[in-house]
Amino acid sequence: MSSGTILSGAEIVIKALRDQGVDTIFGYPGGAVLPIYDALFKQNHIRHILVRHEQAAVHAAEGYARSSGKVGVVLVTSGPGATNAVTGLVDALMDSIPIVCLTGQVPTHLIGNDAFQECDTTGITRPATKHNYLVKDVNNLARTLHEAFYVAKSGRPGPVVIDIPKDVQFADGTYRLPGECLPKSYRPQVKPDLNKVEEAVEMLANAKRPIFYVGGGVINSGPVASQLLTQLVRMTGYPCTTTLMGLGAYPAHDQQWLGMLGMHGTYEANLAMHGCDLMISVGARFDDRVTGKVSEFSPNSKKIHIDIDPSNINKNIRVDLPIVGDAAYVLEDMIRIWKARNKRADQAALKEWWDQIAVWRSKDCLKYEKTDKVIKPQYALERLRAAVAGRDDVFISTEVGQHQMWAAQFLPFNKPNRWLTSGGLGTMGYGLPAAIGAQVANPGALCIDVAGEASIMMNIQEMATTMQYRLPVKVFILNNQWMGMVRQWQELLHGSRYSESYSEALPDFVKLAEAFGGVGLRATKVSEVDDVIREMIETPRPVIVDMCVDQKENCFPMIPGGKAHNEMLLGPEERVSDATPEEGMVLV
Amino acid sequence: MSTQDPIRRHTISVLVDNEPGVLARVIGLFSGRGYNIESLTVAEVDSNESLSRINIVTSGTPMIIEQIKVQLDRLVPVHKVKDLTLEGPFIDREMALVKVVGTGDKRVEALRIADIFKARVVDATITSFVFEITGIGEDLDRFIDLMRQLGLVDVSRTGAVALSRGTGAF
Repeated sequence: MSSGTILSGAEIVIKALRDQGVDTIFGYPGGAVLPIYDALFKQNHIRHILVRHEQAAVHAAEGYARSSGKVGVVLVTSGPGATNAVTGLVDALMDSIPIVCLTGQVPTHLIGNDAFQECDTTGITRPATKHNYLVKDVNNLARTLHEAFYVAKSGRPGPVVIDIPKDVQFADGTYRLPGECLPKSYRPQVKPDLNKVEEAVEMLANAKRPIFYVGGGVINSGPVASQLLTQLVRMTGYPCTTTLMGLGAYPAHDQQWLGMLGMHGTYEANLAMHGCDLMISVGARFDDRVTGKVSEFSPNSKKIHIDIDPSNINKNIRVDLPIVGDAAYVLEDMIRIWKARNKRADQAALKEWWDQIAVWRSKDCLKYEKTDKVIKPQYALERLRAAVAGRDDVFISTEVGQHQMWAAQFLPFNKPNRWLTSGGLGTMGYGLPAAIGAQVANPGALCIDVAGEASIMMNIQEMATTMQYRLPVKVFILNNQWMGMVRQWQELLHGSRYSESYSEALPDFVKLAEAFGGVGLRATKVSEVDDVIREMIETPRPVIVDMCVDQKENCFPMIPGGKAHNEMLLGPEERVSDATPEEGMVLV
Repeated sequence: MSTQDPIRRHTISVLVDNEPGVLARVIGLFSGRGYNIESLTVAEVDSNESLSRINIVTSGTPMIIEQIKVQLDRLVPVHKVKDLTLEGPFIDREMALVKVVGTGDKRVEALRIADIFKARVVDATITSFVFEITGIGEDLDRFIDLMRQLGLVDVSRTGAVALSRGTGAF
């Protein structure tokens, strides 16, 4: 089929998806998308995964995209289908995940009439997407679809919505091939200004206490960016820390990695950020979970900021040398120039810096009380880490809360695209559908959703999706019967008044797994942990593990709201309540 | 940080695709991120290319103004963003329609002041005038202030339109 062929709108959608290389979409049917579902029915090239809630369709597409490097595609109906998808869209926007979301719409002549299942989808999703479209003419449909894929994956990736009225799906129009359809205006800069890269290399070579601060942009740039980053970090011998979104961009087993930084980052990473004289930020955006108190953030350093999105530069923190470009291109140029100029780090200064870092490291900030009386959540994750050690095919997703931070602290990510978490928006209910998406993209891999008992209830219905498609996803619940992070903040800032943070009336997760047709496992004693983990991994079906952990454990280290990197709490014995400034109290 | 930096007024010119929703995108960006809009004008300027020009007068610290420009620039239908205040001399003009009701001396005085400001009478009754005045915003402010004492009842203003001086174009 060539360009210029006449097809129905619904057929154009399917054809355009195929020409964009799409083989999987996540969705839920409804009145306003029936023609597209009919066109799906009549073909065998695109697989549709039926979720149980439109929010989960977007999260699954995010998991698919993040774990495969492809664009995630979603298909939902008008009205509630579109509004349910909004949380997922904002999640993808905040974490820069490429998504194309097709929404049905009432026929064009009914738009604005308060028709059944009508909503102003483009109005509602305008601030929830990178860009959106309402297609009123079937002859613009192919161009719009191709443009949407271009926008979703170019520059800083993000979600794009295409709202398609039902009459446009029925109408006949002309098909156009992808190459004919680029937007006139959107051309993000991917190659850096070489003068600035040269300047950066000079700064890099002259640094005494440098640190690489690496974010999710390196992962979005593709696996080659992670390889280049690793090469540059090793060439220089400098320390490297990653954000929550950047985990896996640098191998976690490497000595030069200081762990994650930020609110629940390691002592050594945060103090190295605070004490450095040169910060090289690659694909990170200086968000408030990373910086802590902005006015005391890394006060004595020069800062190089490499980012594909100019709006990230000087947004929160003023930097000395901004470099706009794709991380892979910039890193490649940096390596080339470093080599060409025979640069070498100042070895004496570097040794002193590493000696200082070794002192911070010796604090062993992730230590926790070892006990055989109760399962510590950190212990459960350490055992999970041991059980999957050496495997290259493990994908971890999380929900949001304490378990998420513990997973980030205790599980090792040595490669990019293996870690799926809701960083920017902090969406409870993200993990199970994201694991589904990762499992669809990586059949045969081990996909584990590290969950909390509260978060998992937000999209528990997706267990039915795992059953329908025989996706052996593992849900690893660290069940402490509390919304743990809420409770931790209530303890720190609200006099331990536990307002609504206890998980009352929890289901029996073992029976719940069985009710869906999966396998339920439970561990209540330390001695059962290893067996349960082994059985979970060996069971070739969906599994829910109810890991009954210490109810009182809190997540440390922690930088309380409004505090600087050098004001970390290392454990429960350190209290913050009196010391937290009022402006810190209002921060989330 | 930028909290002590001076707040300045900037006139920003934005060339956009003339398509549905583009103005909502720009306005939503300003409201969603808490930026200030003092005035905003928009109209199609090239029907062949289907381009519109949006003129925005805003104020903020240098860091905020920089953010506004890069945030505007990453909207998909935006072609160009130009900070006229920073990028050399520019001309800005605004038009107002000013309705004054009165009789006797006040009516005569209103007409005299309108003459001084080169405002035109575009509507008249026995007891009222509507003046049309074009100029920079401050001149319009002064004219309207004077009319307050002479029976001002209604004002409608366009907001500023602007172009750079000289031969350059964008």
